[in-house]
Amino acid sequence: MKYLTEFRNGEIAQRMAREIRQVVTRPWRIMEICGGQTHSIIRNGIDQMLPPGIEMIHGPGCPVCVTPLALIDKALAIAAQPGVIFCSFGDMLRVPGTDADLFQIKGLGGDVRVVYSPLDAVELAAKNPGKQVVFFGVGFETTAPANAMSVHLAKRRGLKNFSLLVSHVLVPPAIEAIMSSPENRVQAFLAAGHVCSVMGYWEYPPLADKFEIPIVVTGFEPLDLLDGIRRAIIQLEKGEHHVENAYERIVTYAGNLEAQKLLAEVFEPTDRTWRGIGVIPRSGWRLNDNYREFDAEERFQISGIHTEESPLCKAGDVLRGAIKPAECPAFGKECTPRHPLGATMVSSEGACAAYFNYGRFLSAEELAGGGVAYAQ
Amino acid sequence: MCLAIPGKVEQITNDGDARMGRVNFGGVVKNVCLDYVPDVVVGDYTIVHVGFALSKIDEQSALETLELFRTMGALDEELATEEEAFARAANAPQSPCPDGSCELTGRNLRTDPAKTESNQ
Amino acid sequence: MPNNDAPDFSNWNCPLPLRDYPTIVMGHGGGGKLGNELVEHLFLPAFRNPALEHLGDAAVFEPGPGRLAMSTDSFVVQPLFFPGGSIGDLAVNGTVNDLAVSGADPKFLSASFILEEGFPLPQLAAVVKAMADAAAMAGVHIVTGDTKVVEHGHGDGCYINTAGVGVLRPGINVGPSHARVGDVVLVSGTIGDHGMAIMSVREGLEFESQIRSDCAALNGMIADVLDAVGPSVHAMRDPTRGGLASTLNEIASASDIGIEINETKLPVRSEVQSACELLGLDPVYVANEGKAVFFVAPKAADRALEVLLQHPLGRDAARIGVVTPQHPRMLVARTAMGSNRLIATQIGEQLPRIC
Repeated sequence: MKYLTEFRNGEIAQRMAREIRQVVTRPWRIMEICGGQTHSIIRNGIDQMLPPGIEMIHGPGCPVCVTPLALIDKALAIAAQPGVIFCSFGDMLRVPGTDADLFQIKGLGGDVRVVYSPLDAVELAAKNPGKQVVFFGVGFETTAPANAMSVHLAKRRGLKNFSLLVSHVLVPPAIEAIMSSPENRVQAFLAAGHVCSVMGYWEYPPLADKFEIPIVVTGFEPLDLLDGIRRAIIQLEKGEHHVENAYERIVTYAGNLEAQKLLAEVFEPTDRTWRGIGVIPRSGWRLNDNYREFDAEERFQISGIHTEESPLCKAGDVLRGAIKPAECPAFGKECTPRHPLGATMVSSEGACAAYFNYGRFLSAEELAGGGVAYAQ
Repeated sequence: MCLAIPGKVEQITNDGDARMGRVNFGGVVKNVCLDYVPDVVVGDYTIVHVGFALSKIDEQSALETLELFRTMGALDEELATEEEAFARAANAPQSPCPDGSCELTGRNLRTDPAKTESNQ
Repeated sequence: MPNNDAPDFSNWNCPLPLRDYPTIVMGHGGGGKLGNELVEHLFLPAFRNPALEHLGDAAVFEPGPGRLAMSTDSFVVQPLFFPGGSIGDLAVNGTVNDLAVSGADPKFLSASFILEEGFPLPQLAAVVKAMADAAAMAGVHIVTGDTKVVEHGHGDGCYINTAGVGVLRPGINVGPSHARVGDVVLVSGTIGDHGMAIMSVREGLEFESQIRSDCAALNGMIADVLDAVGPSVHAMRDPTRGGLASTLNEIASASDIGIEINETKLPVRSEVQSACELLGLDPVYVANEGKAVFFVAPKAADRALEVLLQHPLGRDAARIGVVTPQHPRMLVARTAMGSNRLIATQIGEQLPRIC
């Protein structure tokens, strides 16, 4: 695939890793904000290619993982109602609520459907006037334009049976919260390229200045990530702290103005609870007064939900970067993708799932197997 | 956050509600909403997330970036001493196919017969 | 929604007296006149062979000398017709392949149908024709069968069960627990075709593409390999649901060995790769219906690969890995980066992701 495959060239990647080894003189800790970046790093073994002393701290950029348990329980309650078609991205299906997950609700007869795009949910609403169609709008800024367009179209078409269950979270407030925390260990950030394709990166210079940290906007392919890491390390070595765009083929400073226009028309900032982290002020979006009628939480007044987190689950520590997934006592024992205690083990962008599925509970030596003699 | 894939715009229609495009992702074609990229025309590449194009791909920039990447790690071989270069090469991760016969640029395989060690 | 393989049912000349009932009714499963008409005018002409024509309660045949292998599978695929095949092809080829990878020469099949009331007869005819064609291609006979009908709303149109009997080749002793350290792992062709063909049609996730199922009978290709290097083949499997990853993990567990594959060597069609990228799927987990993996002693690996490449179904065969004593019971892949990653056993069905 053009503009994808070229950025996975293994030979170039190995040379870039060598270049990084040339530049490093001290240990550094870099956080990649986005679950997609984490996934790519672990899957491709980017962390294994870095010189010892460079630690990648995995950030809370998994919107499924940070959606509050109470909201997941509300989603389950709505999905279980007769007359409701509940639509979501495939990711959400196995995220555990207090008592069940969407997959189980589907098994019990709930009409739960996986869709590729929120527009598919709007079409379902148009084709099923007798049903209430609810779309679970979970995501960072990357997904918000799609959700905004879906309610915008629903409104324009006069669809009374479409609503959005909103769980939108924003990156800059998350960076602020992480850097302000007393336990913070992060020294540089890799910002999320696709978030920035929407929002631009004008929000980051104030953060870079305030906390004196380098912030590099990167893509998601191995070469993009290695380049971002390289640039961050060069800044760290020089004691610099500014914002760099390492994803220039997609990201501009101002971002996508068309998208931002519609976002402003549909959403407004709100405080949000990040599961495992707590309330971060003005860190999310909700539907504003123009579109409040499409808010599923308002339309379905769900009450009496009993929400309880697993006492064993340390997803919050993982999401804050305080521990690595394999350091959690429940990792691989009480908590596996088959029986997840928290969202990080089941979301395909969750750090725990990445560690488990790609074998980060084995050492690099154990994974290396017989070496070149055996590999063909 | 997340999964956005590059594709080539092959056709654009305005179907009343929205500006839609047929976008080709390496042979798989899907209908995509182009409302957020009004400047994209047929032949352009764009990045698509959950059925929406979010940004035009600046092809010139992509090529320049790749060029830059290709030059990395190459110079230092000349600058280092022989011992350093040897030590680095010995410790560097081995390429999967030291003879270069496998495709390192990715897993795409055309439907022509595969080139393998036994029929090269 | 273009589907170049949408079956054309208009060509089927519905024979009397089936024309009286254009759709399946309860009576077709009753064993009475209607059921007999179905056998006489649909199944018999399609599957024609001496054992079947006897129409006894049991088929009687001579399998030939040697030990017997038997396998059964039920087929519940949705949609029934997809690019590159149908439930009929799967029903025959699936059982043929299970026998073939066990080292047996497939010979005789049974075919049981559970049909939903209201299922259109032309569609049944198309399924039956596909089965007949597949059986002829594989060189097997469908010698006995059954038809039951369930009320409308209690079935997905058509479910099929096939059971098959084959004769084991003498001197061949293959099994999932027989892989040995040093064995070379071969795959007979591109992976992920069938699963993505299904994905391309199934409700909710539709693409316009040329991805076709690879559904095929492998007994001919496997026979060629066994003819050439028979005793050197330690294990064979056809990776169906769960993909290549599941099959290799199963063999790793059963044989208590580790497997290391080279990701850059995996044959994947570019459209399948693209479709997987779009859906966030990994081709190693996507279903196949016309592929086999072989664990072959190192000295015979080159010859086995050569034989595969010469067969029409093995044109894209490749050597993808080796068996190692390291990381026992685990499948590890060497990435294009030169790093290693585990390919875990998949939990449930792979879900498309966005984020």
